Amino acid sequence: MELFKNTNYDFLGKKWPFIIASLVLTVAGLGSIAIKGGLKYGIDFKGGADMTVKFAYEPPLDKIRSAMQSSKQIKGDVSVENFTGATAQNEVEIGTELTEETQLNVNRQAMQDVLTATFGQPGSGKLDFNNTSQEALAVRLRDALARGGVPMSDQQLQKLTADLLDYTNTRYSGLITDFNQLASAPGMNSGIMNTLKQECYLAPFHIVQVQMVGPKVGAELRNKAVLATLYALAGMLAYIAFRFEWIYGLGAVIACFHDTIITIGLFSIFNEEISMTVIAALLTLVGYSMNDTIVIFDRIRENLKTSRREPLEAVMNRAVNQTLSRTVMTSGLTFLTVIALFIWGGPVLHAFSFALVCGILVGTYSSVFVASPIVLFWHNYTDKGSKGPRAPVLATAPRADAVRKSPTKAAK
Amino acid sequence: MTKNLKARTIVIIATILVCVYGIVDIPKSKADLVQNFKNNIRLGLDLKGGSHLILQVQVQDAVKADADQTMDRLKEDLRKQNINWVSMDRTEPQDIKDADKVEITIKGVPATQTSAFRSLINERYTTYVLTVVNSTDYSMRLKPSDLNDLKVDTVKRAIDTIGNRIDQLGLAEKVVQQYGQAGADYEILVQLPGVDDPARVKDLIGTAAVLEITDVKDGPFPTREAGLAQHGGVLPLNTKMVRMLPRAGSEGESWYLVGKSPVISGRDMRNARPGQDEYRKWETSFNLSQDGGKRFARYTEANIGNRLAVVLDDKVVSVATIQSKIEDSGRITGLGSEDESVDLSRYLRSGSLPAGVKYMEERSIGPSLGADSIHEGMMAGLAGLVAVITVMLVYYKRSGVNAVLALVLNTVVLLAAISYFHAVLTLPGIAGVILTIGMAVDSNVLIFERIREELRSGKGVVAAVDNGFNKAWWTIVDTHVTTVVSCAFLFLFGEGPVKGFAVTLTIGLIANVFTAVFVSQTIFAYELSGRRQMQALSI
Repeated sequence: MELFKNTNYDFLGKKWPFIIASLVLTVAGLGSIAIKGGLKYGIDFKGGADMTVKFAYEPPLDKIRSAMQSSKQIKGDVSVENFTGATAQNEVEIGTELTEETQLNVNRQAMQDVLTATFGQPGSGKLDFNNTSQEALAVRLRDALARGGVPMSDQQLQKLTADLLDYTNTRYSGLITDFNQLASAPGMNSGIMNTLKQECYLAPFHIVQVQMVGPKVGAELRNKAVLATLYALAGMLAYIAFRFEWIYGLGAVIACFHDTIITIGLFSIFNEEISMTVIAALLTLVGYSMNDTIVIFDRIRENLKTSRREPLEAVMNRAVNQTLSRTVMTSGLTFLTVIALFIWGGPVLHAFSFALVCGILVGTYSSVFVASPIVLFWHNYTDKGSKGPRAPVLATAPRADAVRKSPTKAAK
Repeated sequence: MTKNLKARTIVIIATILVCVYGIVDIPKSKADLVQNFKNNIRLGLDLKGGSHLILQVQVQDAVKADADQTMDRLKEDLRKQNINWVSMDRTEPQDIKDADKVEITIKGVPATQTSAFRSLINERYTTYVLTVVNSTDYSMRLKPSDLNDLKVDTVKRAIDTIGNRIDQLGLAEKVVQQYGQAGADYEILVQLPGVDDPARVKDLIGTAAVLEITDVKDGPFPTREAGLAQHGGVLPLNTKMVRMLPRAGSEGESWYLVGKSPVISGRDMRNARPGQDEYRKWETSFNLSQDGGKRFARYTEANIGNRLAVVLDDKVVSVATIQSKIEDSGRITGLGSEDESVDLSRYLRSGSLPAGVKYMEERSIGPSLGADSIHEGMMAGLAGLVAVITVMLVYYKRSGVNAVLALVLNTVVLLAAISYFHAVLTLPGIAGVILTIGMAVDSNVLIFERIREELRSGKGVVAAVDNGFNKAWWTIVDTHVTTVVSCAFLFLFGEGPVKGFAVTLTIGLIANVFTAVFVSQTIFAYELSGRRQMQALSI
């Protein structure tokens, strides 16, 4: 089966509609950022305290929000949102601000206290099984078990509590609504079950994850992200300039930049959060988009060697058509894996896979409709004063099937 | 050609065996297989659950303590040499930025004794720089290199102390190490897999720093005003009023008048333990450093019967009477309960941190999220793999099998490398593995498309396959190098999970060069070796 046999589309001749489409997307993205007053930074970059809580029923966002805001210990804005992602169920993300590091300790406890006060049973004197640690559970059960006629050695107790919590975490994602759900946990018997029901209660929520990032760290991470991106682009510019001509390097970098800006714009339009893992996705995209561009450039270079009289535009077109099959296949396959990540990858990877999905689409398209036209424009511009079409000869790097003593320099 | 083929096959099979061993050792049963796998592939915090803390060591506390000790020594020296002075004080650093600005000021040295004073400083206080303010006043600051050494040393000691304390949790895997640049950030990273209750850890580490054991001049008073009233409404020289917190069960607070300069500071405290004395009453025993022990011995010998207060962060924790001369190990007896003894030993230990710590970042991930994430990651990986394999088989027919084999081997090598390098697998790392699948297939696609082109232009099968591999080689190198370059920067600038992603993607790509070229070529060679004249290639 072969999809693209000897195709001959005029990609570079029809570049204008696509360049315009690029500009429209870019402007839309930038406009969205401007209207929404900046990018939606995740906690990594903005600093703050983020708590992910799983509820046993549909979480009442307003109730949570007002409870948090009326607490005197929590200062600043409070945001409460449903946790996005295909497999997340009844999960909320509660975010509070952290204006200075000293609040870090206070906020976490305060948030937990508010949740317990609003939804739990703080006055009952019982331990909340859904939000306890292995040690606290062991300490609580030690005497009670002895009184209840189920004496245990310290080692057995540690193992029992670890097993119970492990069971809850793997089977029920850390949240149970009835103690009987633990009936088939390892080491369970009726004596233990009774003691559990006596000493513990089950709050209707389970704190899954807490992240607190002081504002200093947030600013540092932002800087690192920007530096990493700039250095990576510079590194690639250098490598491509070395393997081809500098204008090719520039074309490739502009194409990558264009991909990054459009992807970030899409993040703004679809209200997705930018975190450190998203930056990882963006940098991967930069690498991936380079790949595509290099494959096309490689072909152009190969074709230029054999066709000295053809105008650059025709050579480029031929190169793109020749690599079309590979481009579509690879993009298609990588896209398949990334879509699998997006659909099944879970809420934590949601923004990450969203970046990759957008980026692969934009990246493939930019290699043809952005990178090559830039090189074409430049060469046409610099060739204007010369006599007739010239053959641009590129600096060639060593190839497997040829031995060269020194690279031939580009002649313009 | 056949010899070459044999050698290549042996290399490939050896690689497979080494990799499989790396991942699952030699399992004796299915349960063994799963257990070995879990042992060899280390999971990051975001998959296993645990706590991640970043603390900033407040080095200005250490600089302040050094200044205090220096002032004591200086007072002693000036007295011995009969040099007069009116007052001596130091600046109070509020923040870590102020650490560099800590300054001792000495006022009122008579002009006649200037040279004696200066030669004293030059001889005995070589780490300090003396600045002349006017004919009778001077200020002293630590030299920049000594200041830096002090700060770096403080961070190191903090790491040791914190590491020791966390050892009490008995964790198999813990990370306590310097974070960021030594001389600039003063930050410590603490990672505790499996500990999802960081409150207890923070308790153990302690946040308070300023521990002082000072002499009690007067007290207890019910309020600050009552205490001042006893002394004519004004604080006597070199004293301060500190509050004692009420013990559980008793009402009201008490105030004490204590000396400003401590006899023993946190720097001298080495360790403290709760225990019971011969009458089964609770006490706390403590150890001091050698230097601190000597000073303490001199002091206690001269002050038997007087009281000492243990002051933590300007709050009195305990008041005790000196019974006898104490050198470097002593006991504080007469405590009310086990709790009091445990708490006091914790306070004393907490004070032995050379400086306070501030929490900059804290993440705790419940293990349930980790388990969910692994499950989801694997589902996605499987789905992606199945999709890719299907498409490759349909599009490239029997050569597709070639690509699939290379792909499977690529994943195996990747997992083995993670195991051998003790790299940590994080959730983005799993995403990296999934992405490697997509990108690895690209290499095969490049080669196969080239082969198809060569076949179309009329070349024979063997020539077409050879040309395909040769011409695609440099393109494969170029594309892999660029992605590895961006991963390198991710590794440098990223942290934890992101680093994991960069590592898995890089290893996957490097392994891919081996599998897509070497292995695929060998498989093709096998296909072509039997028949002399192959007319068509299933591609």
